[in-house]
Amino acid sequence: MTAKALSEGELVSVIGLEVHVQLETDTKIFCGCSTEPADGEAPNTRTCPTCLGLPGALPVVNEGAVEAAVKVGKALDADIAEQTRFHRKNYYYPDLPKNFQITQYDAPICADGSLEVSVAGRRREIGIQRAHLEEDPGSLQHQGGSIDTADYTLVDYNRAGTPLMEIVTDPDFRTPTETRAFLAKLEEVLEYLGVFDAARDGSLRIDANISLIPEADVGEGGSIDTDALASANRTEVKNISSHKGAEQALAYEVTRQKNAVQRGRAVEQETRHWDESRGITVSMRSKEAEKDYRYFREADLPPLSVRGWRERIDIPELPDARRERFREAYGLDEESAAKLTSTKAVADFYEDVAGRFDPDLAATWVADNLLGELNYRDMSITDVDHRLEEFARLVELVDAGEITTKNAEEVVLRTMLDEGDDPDAVIDAEGLGTAPDEEVAVAVGEAIEENSDAVADYHAGEGGAINFLVGQVMGKTGGSADPGDVNELLRERLEE
Amino acid sequence: MSETPVDAAEVKHVAELARVDLDSEEADAFAAQFAEILEYFDALDEVPEVDTHEDLVNVMRADDIEESLDQTAALQNADETEDGFFKGPRVS
Repeated sequence: MTAKALSEGELVSVIGLEVHVQLETDTKIFCGCSTEPADGEAPNTRTCPTCLGLPGALPVVNEGAVEAAVKVGKALDADIAEQTRFHRKNYYYPDLPKNFQITQYDAPICADGSLEVSVAGRRREIGIQRAHLEEDPGSLQHQGGSIDTADYTLVDYNRAGTPLMEIVTDPDFRTPTETRAFLAKLEEVLEYLGVFDAARDGSLRIDANISLIPEADVGEGGSIDTDALASANRTEVKNISSHKGAEQALAYEVTRQKNAVQRGRAVEQETRHWDESRGITVSMRSKEAEKDYRYFREADLPPLSVRGWRERIDIPELPDARRERFREAYGLDEESAAKLTSTKAVADFYEDVAGRFDPDLAATWVADNLLGELNYRDMSITDVDHRLEEFARLVELVDAGEITTKNAEEVVLRTMLDEGDDPDAVIDAEGLGTAPDEEVAVAVGEAIEENSDAVADYHAGEGGAINFLVGQVMGKTGGSADPGDVNELLRERLEE
Repeated sequence: MSETPVDAAEVKHVAELARVDLDSEEADAFAAQFAEILEYFDALDEVPEVDTHEDLVNVMRADDIEESLDQTAALQNADETEDGFFKGPRVS
């Protein structure tokens, strides 16, 4: 297609994603080395002859990685292949010591799935072409300059062999925003399956393909004319590592390609590198074409036949279904239900608390108070997952009226998070237990006695006077009285 | 066995992918050697059919951690190392 033809009508972007996710297994995909980096670990301390590519070492597939892949396939409503096998993808780069990557080529473990996302209130179904297993490369450090100007390279194979799943979508995205929504949804699903940890550095890596085609080639219902797509030049953007990065990189590409077309230039078919710090994509010299990878069967790995695992392996209730059930079972509004199912850990905790106390109170405490305070501290529920019983205890104390909501929120919860104390300890230390009725009654009597001006103002009909007196009582009780009760009590006594 | 013999251009291309610097004389020499090697494969066509082992399927290992090599052992075959890393040339 010529630049002129493109410039004659409105352009539509057609985007597809290749998403690489690290699967959470204990060991690497083809050897027994641990996948869990130790804190501040030294390089090349989690390697063995297999993941170092030493001659004679034989790979053996990790059953845990295959199970995780089947779970992903099931959650994406994909077919599990009757027979799936591994290939060698040959390329010469030191991030893999064998000079090839073990991956899957013509018989991926999962194919033909889909994932539904909601973008600005609109439901979109994104097709999943395939999802396959492969090994993660090691990590390189370019010393003394950038990748082009470095003096030398340092290589660490600790990451080499971590199981990856590459999930390839159909070119079903029309806007960069849709890709962001999809990635968030995909992460949520993977996290629910327990096969993915978003907090792990480098756990998500994205390549995006984008072309612009004339609006006239988009059919009814958004279908894309395949000839139009084939004739449009495609850019592949690499090095994207976050949802936000995907949206930004693709927005940049849409603008760059439209500008090129408007200036009468053709869009080059090329691979570009997303430079996150500069917020631009730059052209990457690409040495290998598809055929240069010379894919061939990995003879060291017999094929897998695991279609039957689809029935055998259970997956948990997925986020959309759980959201719906929360709305119905607990009467939650859409926003609370969304917050409370944002991760499996949050949803499990909510169900636990809602089952024991009032579901409404539980929703406020988990969705608003706990998640709000965690968010404020740049923490997530996984940072406090060993203390969930303490938070449940706090809800119990509020539910039983043993502490005021205000004190529970503003003092106890915050002190628990900041100091690491349990709720009963905070309440004891701060003297926050709900004041006994007698103590409140005494404080009310004192406040009336000591503030005759305010009492006179009250009788003269000044609305502010009662608030002043409530404040006095709250002060005397160290904030442990319920302001509503105090107000009522004061009025009764003043009207006597 | 091989329908298209390996020519010098293909040798050069693969050498470039492998970051091996060959001049044209070397490429010609390797192309000739490949032709000879590939002829040996033709001999395989004459091997009679024999009973094969049943094809293996689903050979997997449990997801259990095994001890890794220590860093010294991992690096012992490397020509150059630095601070526990393998050290190599620039790889742009």
